[in-house]
Amino acid sequence: MTAIERVATPAAVTAVERQGEARTGRTPVWAIVLRYVLLGVLALLYISPIIFMLVTSFKTRADAAGIPPTWIPNPFTTQAYETILTASGTPVLIWFSNSLIAAVLHSALVVVTASLAAYPLARMRFRGRGLVFGIVIATLLIPPVILIIPNYLIVGNLGWLNSLVAIIIPTAASAFGVFFMRQFFLSLPAELEEAALIDGANRWSIFLRIILPLSKPAMATLALLAFLTNWNDFLWPVYVLFSADVQTLPAGLGTLQSANAVRYDLLMAGAVIASVPVLLLFVFLQRFIIEGVSRQGLKG
Amino acid sequence: MSTQTRVGAFATEAPTAASDGAAARRAGVSPTRQKPFTPWLFLLPYLLLFTVFVIVPSVFGIWISLHEWDYTLPNKPFVGGENYVELFDPNSVNSGSFWTSMRATAIFTVFSVPLLLVLPLFVALLMNKSFPGRNFFRAVYFAPYVLGVAVVGLMWRYLLDNNIGLVNYYLGLFGLPDDTAWTTSVPAAWVALVGVTVWWTLGFNSVIYLAALQDIPAELYEAASVDGANSWQKFRNVTLPGLRPILTFVTINTLIASANMFGQSYIITQGAPGRETRTAIYQIAETGLRNFQMGDAAAMSYVLTFFLMVISVIVFWLFREKKEKPMPQEPSAAREGALR
Repeated sequence: MTAIERVATPAAVTAVERQGEARTGRTPVWAIVLRYVLLGVLALLYISPIIFMLVTSFKTRADAAGIPPTWIPNPFTTQAYETILTASGTPVLIWFSNSLIAAVLHSALVVVTASLAAYPLARMRFRGRGLVFGIVIATLLIPPVILIIPNYLIVGNLGWLNSLVAIIIPTAASAFGVFFMRQFFLSLPAELEEAALIDGANRWSIFLRIILPLSKPAMATLALLAFLTNWNDFLWPVYVLFSADVQTLPAGLGTLQSANAVRYDLLMAGAVIASVPVLLLFVFLQRFIIEGVSRQGLKG
Repeated sequence: MSTQTRVGAFATEAPTAASDGAAARRAGVSPTRQKPFTPWLFLLPYLLLFTVFVIVPSVFGIWISLHEWDYTLPNKPFVGGENYVELFDPNSVNSGSFWTSMRATAIFTVFSVPLLLVLPLFVALLMNKSFPGRNFFRAVYFAPYVLGVAVVGLMWRYLLDNNIGLVNYYLGLFGLPDDTAWTTSVPAAWVALVGVTVWWTLGFNSVIYLAALQDIPAELYEAASVDGANSWQKFRNVTLPGLRPILTFVTINTLIASANMFGQSYIITQGAPGRETRTAIYQIAETGLRNFQMGDAAAMSYVLTFFLMVISVIVFWLFREKKEKPMPQEPSAAREGALR
């Protein structure tokens, strides 16, 4: 069994946890206290910048620039949000919907293409399989920087510059996605397909009716990772989107900063708006996100 | 969770249908039934994207770098290696700013990578044992990573503000210098950029380490205890060898991420002071996509890639060297256990 399969198997996970508990049993009290103190202090320091961003977004302009900085807005106001959402030149709602549309379509495209490609790579025998898989994995080692200039020209030739298509499609060929789905398909028992093949089902219906329904957790994890990556992407949208009304939220916030360098109340309100969707996803689906990330490491 | 139980249910029903399953299995996953183009139909959408946006550009980039390729000019004359030669010619326009940016990337990488290898390991070790609240702490340390660099950058630009920032205020409370220009002077800007990056991405490496730590068989620790090993000896002889394959991945991954640092510099310092903190990828993007000197920018990106590859090879070599040294039995078993 591979490490990835073991991580993915609930039985193995609980076994690991049980081992952990057994070890904890022998840990001296002072060590437990020390661990909680260390982790607690670190956690408090760690999360306070995010809390301060949230606090500041409910401050007035003067309060946000006040010394000493305060942790409670006085007065509490939603003025920054109202200003940033209504001011001309900062179409935050449009940026928000651009980001949402792009991230949803992008992650759907990643999941569909990666799942389709991973299936034959995991389950069929054909000439060239090893070569295709090898090339795809090898591109994980290509530093993204060499793709920037040529892709800009390719996107330009396709007429996609300054449109959302430019941030939905070119980054969707995810080598990690193919690897991730292939690894999951490999963990499904082969008997499922053999039975269906003998019953005369073709590959397409096996894929749709047997493999995909079993793969929902893996697809959800991949979709989530692709969504987060696309929502947060910065360099590419900054350079390929130039009109205010096609920008994504992160790229828009970048321009907002140069225009409102000292309006930290506005900047923090914008940052909060950009954070809310990803933080909500994280709070509710952190198991999937963290599992996906740890499997990213186990591919080594 | 539910997948596993459903797979189980399926598998128990399966044998009736696959009563002559042995024959089917010998035929593999039935290549006879499969039309030769079926796998390629499945691969088609992905390979289309992959070819157009990964394979073609990685070759097209070389072509661009061999031309005087200005987006705004109709002619793109072939200049051979001139774009590359210019980068090494101190009198050329782009050479100085390029090497300043390469130095910026190098400084950032040299300071951020060791911290991002060691601190996340420390956090992962603290969380390796199962205890109430572990998942909560794991989530807290990981949370900043889900925020994008734009949010992280804006947040820290505010916190690091010379005059009204929280960082200088608290430093002052502790009687430390409270007027450091974190975003506009070096070396303070480097401390800020590295610090913010560590804060932002520590959780990512921690999670990978934690998964690897959980994969080291408990028996190895028990055996070490029986042999009278103390905590340090266990760490040295069981934990570290067990982590070795993951360390290669984390090192390369962190190196490439650090070498591609862009957003922090773009938002927090805006390259200031002067162009001191403008990183290589920032310079490449500005040269190619703002000034449209794409031939020069493409050449720069290959020079950067060349350095990255050399460093990656060195990392692989370093980690392989260590593997070849004679090691005690248990750790090598741990290594195999940790990966495949």
